[in-house]
Amino acid sequence: MTIVRPYGDTTGDGMVQLSFTLPIPHDKRAEGAAIQLANKMGMDPALLVHAKPMGDGFTFFVVYGKVSHLVDTDKVQVVERDYPLLSAKEVNATIKRRLRRRLNVVGACIGTDAHTVGIDAILNLKGIAGEKGLEYYSELSVTNMGAQVSVPDLVETARERKADAVLVSQVVTQRDAHLQNTRAMSAAFREALPTGKRPLLIVGGPRFDELMAGELGVDRIFSRGTTPREVASYLVHALTGSSS
Amino acid sequence: MASKLDLDPRVVRTARRLAAKAGQPVVDLARSHTTVSVERAVLRLAGVHGADSDGIPWVNRLVDAVRADVGLGHGVAVPVFHAMRSTGVDDITVLAQKAAAGAVRFDVPTSKSELSAARRAARARTNGGLKIVDQRRRERDRLIKRLGDPKQRPWIYLIVATGDIYEDIPQAQAAARAGADVIAVIRSTGQSLLDYVPEGATREGFAGTYATQENFRLMRAALDETSKELGRYVRLTNYASGLCMPEIAALAGMERLDMMLNDSMYGILFRDINPIRTFVDQRFSRQVHARAGIIINTGEDNYLTTADAVEAAHTVTVSQLLNEFFAHEAGLEDWQLGLGHAFEINPELPESFRLELAHALLARELFPDAPLKWMPPTKHMTGDVFRGNLLDGFFNLVGALTGQGILLVGMMTEAVVTPWLSDRDIALQNVRYVLTGAGKLHEDFVPAPGGFIQQRAHSVLDEAVSLLGKIVDQSLLDAIAEGTFGIMKRPADRGKGLDGVARHEDDYYNPVTLALEGEA
Repeated sequence: MTIVRPYGDTTGDGMVQLSFTLPIPHDKRAEGAAIQLANKMGMDPALLVHAKPMGDGFTFFVVYGKVSHLVDTDKVQVVERDYPLLSAKEVNATIKRRLRRRLNVVGACIGTDAHTVGIDAILNLKGIAGEKGLEYYSELSVTNMGAQVSVPDLVETARERKADAVLVSQVVTQRDAHLQNTRAMSAAFREALPTGKRPLLIVGGPRFDELMAGELGVDRIFSRGTTPREVASYLVHALTGSSS
Repeated sequence: MASKLDLDPRVVRTARRLAAKAGQPVVDLARSHTTVSVERAVLRLAGVHGADSDGIPWVNRLVDAVRADVGLGHGVAVPVFHAMRSTGVDDITVLAQKAAAGAVRFDVPTSKSELSAARRAARARTNGGLKIVDQRRRERDRLIKRLGDPKQRPWIYLIVATGDIYEDIPQAQAAARAGADVIAVIRSTGQSLLDYVPEGATREGFAGTYATQENFRLMRAALDETSKELGRYVRLTNYASGLCMPEIAALAGMERLDMMLNDSMYGILFRDINPIRTFVDQRFSRQVHARAGIIINTGEDNYLTTADAVEAAHTVTVSQLLNEFFAHEAGLEDWQLGLGHAFEINPELPESFRLELAHALLARELFPDAPLKWMPPTKHMTGDVFRGNLLDGFFNLVGALTGQGILLVGMMTEAVVTPWLSDRDIALQNVRYVLTGAGKLHEDFVPAPGGFIQQRAHSVLDEAVSLLGKIVDQSLLDAIAEGTFGIMKRPADRGKGLDGVARHEDDYYNPVTLALEGEA
C-alpha cells in the first residue's frame, strides 16, 4: 500500500497532535484562534485539549485532531546525501580498517578573516549543536592553525603534517574575500603539490554556495548548519573510498 | 545533611591531601608567572577603558607597547606608572593612546625613589578599582538583605542567548518572572579564543552574546529592576573563561555579576588553551572572584559529555577536589564553590538512576558546604521531546533528593532548537512539580547501609583517590598532557595563548595581586 494517513488508534483515523504558542493572552477568543489555526492546517475536527497562559500575553496550546490528507509514499522525493552519515565510532573504525593509521586534518581561517567560529565549531572538542568536534575522533589527528593564517603557511603545515585533508573556514565575505581567498588557496596547493599528493581541499562558511566547488578548485564546500559529524563522514567517504 | 553514604573520613582526608599535593606545583607555577591578560586586568582596575577605532581595547594596546619595550616579566604597573610620571600624563587611557601611537617609551626605573614612586602611584590607582569591586559587593549584600534570596533550594538557573543584548534583556526578565533565580547569558561562540574583551553594547553574536562591560552593566541594571518587582534578588551569571579570564573577572566584579563559570581546566581541555596560561589566569581570576563575593561554577559536567559518565565518574570527583583546592588557595570560601556535576549516564543502562543518585550524593557529602551546580542531561537527549521531558523530571528529582544548590533547568528540546518560550515554560513546570511534590524527600531518603548506592559512591571515591595518587606521582601537567580528563591530551608547551605567558623577573610587581593576597 502506498497511500497512508496518520494513525491514532484505528487504521485510517487520520489523528495527529500539535502544540504551539500564540502571542495573545489566554481567553475564549484565544482558544478559538487556536482551533482556527488547526483548522487551517487541515485538522478537522480539531480538539483543543490544553491551553495555558505563559507570562504576559502568550498562550500555549495542545490540539488533537483529524487530518484528511493522504500521503503517497511512492511520490516521496528525498535528496540523498552522496555519502552515508556515520557515528563517531563508525568513523574511527572505518579509518582504522581502511587506512591503518590516523587520518591527518589541518584546519585554518585564511586571509584576514579572524572569525574562528566556524573552524572551531567543526574542529574543537567542544563542537556545536551537541556534536563533538573532529578532535573528539580518536582516529583523526587534528591541527587547528587558528585565524589569519597565510596561504603559504597553510601549505607548509599541510605538507609537514602530511595532511590528508585541509579544512578552510571563511566567514568574512566583504568584496567576495571568501571566494578570492579560496581560489588563492586551491591554486597554491595545485602549484605546490602534484595531483595524488594533494590533500583533499574543503572550505566552509555561511555564505558559500555548495555548488561552486569546481569553480573554486576545491573538493567540497560546506555551508551554514554543517556539523562535525557530517564533515567526518565526508572525510571517511572521500579518503577511504568506503561506504560503511 | 547527616551522612548517608557512610564515607570513611580517612579516605576523604586522603583525597583532599592528595589533591593539595597534586595542585601545589601548579600554584607555584601560577605564582611565578604572569600573562598578558593578568596585566590587562591590572590596567582595567587602574581605570583604562575604551578601544581604538578598530575595536582593539586600549588595555591591549598599552600592554603590547610595554611588552615591546621591557617585556612582561616586571609586570606592567611599574613601567606604566613610571611613564605617567615622566611624561606628565595623568589620564591613564590617554597614556595608552599615546603609547599606541608610539609616542611613549617604557622602562623600569633604576633609582629606588622612582621605583617606589611608580609603585605607590600604581597601588593607589588599582586600589581605586578594587574599591569599586568592594562597593558592588556591599550593594549586593544590601539588595539581598532587602529583597531576599530565593525561597527554595536548589536555585533555579536559566540560560538566555540571543546574540543581541537588547533581546536578551526582555527574555531574561521574562525568565525571572517565570521563576528563574539565576540568569546566565551564554557567550558568543568563539569569544573564549579572542585575546581581547570586546567593547560596548553588542547586538550580534554567534549562538550567544559577547561578554562586554557594557553588556554586563545593562543586564545587571535590568535584573535589578525585575528583582525589585519580584521581591527576590535575581542573580546574573557569565563566563570567566578563555583567554581573557582575568579581565572578565575584573569586569564582573566592577559590574556586580553574581556568579561566574570559572573552571580550572576547562579551557585547557575543551578550548586547547595552553595549560600554563590557564592556570596563571585562573588563579588571578579566582582571587578577584573571592574579593567580589562571586560564586564560581566549575565545569566538571563537560567531562561527562565526552567520556562515559559511569567510567569517568571518578574524574569528576578528582576535578572537583582539584577545583576546591585551587579555589581555597585563591581565597574563595566554601559558599562560593558551585562545583559542577551532571546527569549524563546513558538512560538505557540498567540502574542508571541509582548510579546518578550515588554520584550526586557523593558530591554532596564530599563538599557539604559548597552550593554544587547540578547540570541536566544533554548527551542522551535525542529530539524525542517526550522522553526528554521525563529524563529532565528524573534529573530534577535527583537534584531535590541530594540537596543540590544550583539547578540548571534542562530543556526537553536540548539538541533540537534553542529553547522556545513554551519549552522554558514546560521545563519550569517540571522543576516546580518536583520541588513542590518532593522538595523535602531528602529528609526521608536514606540509602540502605551497604546497599547499591553506598557501594557505588565508595568505589567512585576509591577510584578518585587512586587516580589522584597517580597524578601526584607524575604531576598534574603530565596527567593533562596524557588525556586523563575528558580524554583530551594537552601538553604544557602547546595550545593557544602560550606566547602571552611570561616568567616573573625578580622585581615583578603587581599591586592587585598584592592587595588580593592581603600583603599591601
